[in-house]
Amino acid sequence: MSAADGRRPVVYPEIDEPLRERTREALADPALAGNLRAASASWAAGRERMVREKGFADMRTRAREIRRGNIRDLPALLDRLERQVTEAGGVVARVGDAGAACRYITDLAAARGASLVAKSKSMATEEIKLNEALEEAGLRVVETDLGEWIIQLAGQHPSHIVAPAVHLNKDQVRELFMAESGDELPTGREALVAHARRRLREVFAAADIGVSGVNFGVAETGTVCVVENEGNGRLVTALPRIHVAVMGMERVVADWDEAAHILQVLPMAAIGDDAAGYVNLITGPRREGESDGPEEFHLVILDGGRSALRGTDVEEVLDCIRCGACLYSCPMWRSVGGQAYGSPYSGPIGAVLTPLLEGMEGERSSEMPFLSSICGACHEACPVGIPLHDLLVRVRGKAHTPAHRRDRMRFRLWSRAWSTGLGYGATRLGARLGLRALGRRGWVRRLPGPGAPWTDQRDLPSRWPPR
Amino acid sequence: MIAMRALLMRTCLADMVAPSVARAARTVLERGGVEVVVPRRQTCCGQPGWSAGHPDQARPVARRALRAFAGDDPVVVPSGSCAAMVRHGYPELFAGRPEEGEARRMAERTVELSQFIVREGLDVGAPDGEGRSVTYHDSCHMLRILGERRSARAALEQVEGLELRELDGTEVCCGFGGTFSVNFPEVSGRLGQEKARNAAATGADELIACDLSCLMHIAGRARRTGVPLRVRHLAEVLAG
Repeated sequence: MSAADGRRPVVYPEIDEPLRERTREALADPALAGNLRAASASWAAGRERMVREKGFADMRTRAREIRRGNIRDLPALLDRLERQVTEAGGVVARVGDAGAACRYITDLAAARGASLVAKSKSMATEEIKLNEALEEAGLRVVETDLGEWIIQLAGQHPSHIVAPAVHLNKDQVRELFMAESGDELPTGREALVAHARRRLREVFAAADIGVSGVNFGVAETGTVCVVENEGNGRLVTALPRIHVAVMGMERVVADWDEAAHILQVLPMAAIGDDAAGYVNLITGPRREGESDGPEEFHLVILDGGRSALRGTDVEEVLDCIRCGACLYSCPMWRSVGGQAYGSPYSGPIGAVLTPLLEGMEGERSSEMPFLSSICGACHEACPVGIPLHDLLVRVRGKAHTPAHRRDRMRFRLWSRAWSTGLGYGATRLGARLGLRALGRRGWVRRLPGPGAPWTDQRDLPSRWPPR
Repeated sequence: MIAMRALLMRTCLADMVAPSVARAARTVLERGGVEVVVPRRQTCCGQPGWSAGHPDQARPVARRALRAFAGDDPVVVPSGSCAAMVRHGYPELFAGRPEEGEARRMAERTVELSQFIVREGLDVGAPDGEGRSVTYHDSCHMLRILGERRSARAALEQVEGLELRELDGTEVCCGFGGTFSVNFPEVSGRLGQEKARNAAATGADELIACDLSCLMHIAGRARRTGVPLRVRHLAEVLAG
């Protein structure tokens, strides 16, 4: 895998601040802590209910089987999906990287003389930075998912896979809406939603192209499923003349039996409910005799570094159905939020996926898997049973950066010392003498050298048990 | 009772900062009628290198553990995390290598201390706990890799009269996480502080866990932030 094939990086390139710095800033934001705590607690309550009342544990086992099978059969499933979409009158474009994906869509827009693009929520388009590409091509792009619109106005990337603006509260949202519209807005939640609805309605009606993501494609019938809770996805995929759906190549299931199962598991995992507000099932463009739907349907299937992961020890990252449960379950994500990660994919899945898609040389993205205590809560939360705690460790080992090489040098010394009795004995003696020398009334307040980051935040007991 | 032998893994952290934990584990096992062998060649299980993404550096250390703990006797570890490393990590660390079979056998033989006590039905001759109370932290690898919620609580029942007060958020990570604690000290510290506060809020006399690493971190963070909290390893509570 290499980043040399010209695809645009997933991590926003303007970030050069180390991840640790960004976590410190996030921790210093009291509003953020409250926003994250409320969202995570509400998710956890829903999840517990799903486990208790809806047999989530067994559904998870079946979901894992389905997704493992999908990735095993991926090439055949994609061929079938392509055939069926084409049969239904749609156009399929398989693209190798972000650049090619964006080009396909900007070229299409130019060929059709489009000027306004309405988007519904999509992580794949965040990954390829489609909005930037469209704007560079002179188009106006409006996100129509409430959360996505908020972060578009804020100039941010999503901080959560299904709740992109979860890091912001309603007062912060009100400020953004007022800045956009120039109007003074009331403070209530309903009033803000009503304002967004009014503004966005104008967009649905006027847009030339609707761009959506794809939760999954069903190979059997060439249907794409777009799951959402606001109805904006339905409008984006039905009202404009052209609908472009962008999907990561791994987001395919074989048939309706599998689709039905994943359609239940997804909202259970994502929002702690057994049904989503809207499930849009789209098979090709409008057919003769139909009264609505777009004239053209394009399905853009993105590789973006995914096919290189099949058959490797991190293949299971492709099983992901983008529910965001691992984010809510992660003590790190809950502490710092998604903005700190610097990638639209944050939390445990983001920390695994981002560096893998980027190619492991990215200095910033390769830090991401280290923002984890490998506590395993992500694996427990994952509806398709991805062993994220194992993948985090494996991805750490693939880091190809100067920082990781320096770290490896240190561990080489450790390895040499601790694989011999003499070296280990010397370390132990040093540690005990050091504790004796530095301890004051049972505690060390400040460690020198490599121990300094420990005592940056904590004291170290020089006697045990500590008193 | 049939005489039983066990190999005790002291753990590197106990060797460095708290040898009393390994001694307590030995005492507890011996009182339970187990012949305890403490292999002299042992150093560390290799987890620090492994979880930091350096399997090639972890392997020589783990290989030394394979040799130190050779044989058929159970390997008992007073740490859920080290036990998880051997049980869950070794098969992957040595996959496709000559030591794979040996690593898998050691993984099968390895068991965390409280699990061993409960599995073998040991009466460890615990001290009287009348009028005392503890709270218990479910350490992550114990809980989610070994899948163990019960054994420590069951072992604590041997301390007659001891009250266990359950900890709010007991299954949430304390933020230690090996090298994570020094790579992201602020996030680690925040989580440690939450754990310390929750533990103090139970009003229990002490916070107990099966992992010294968590306790060292939580106690150190509690002290730095002025949260009154005492901590002890489970083995120390059982040893009295």
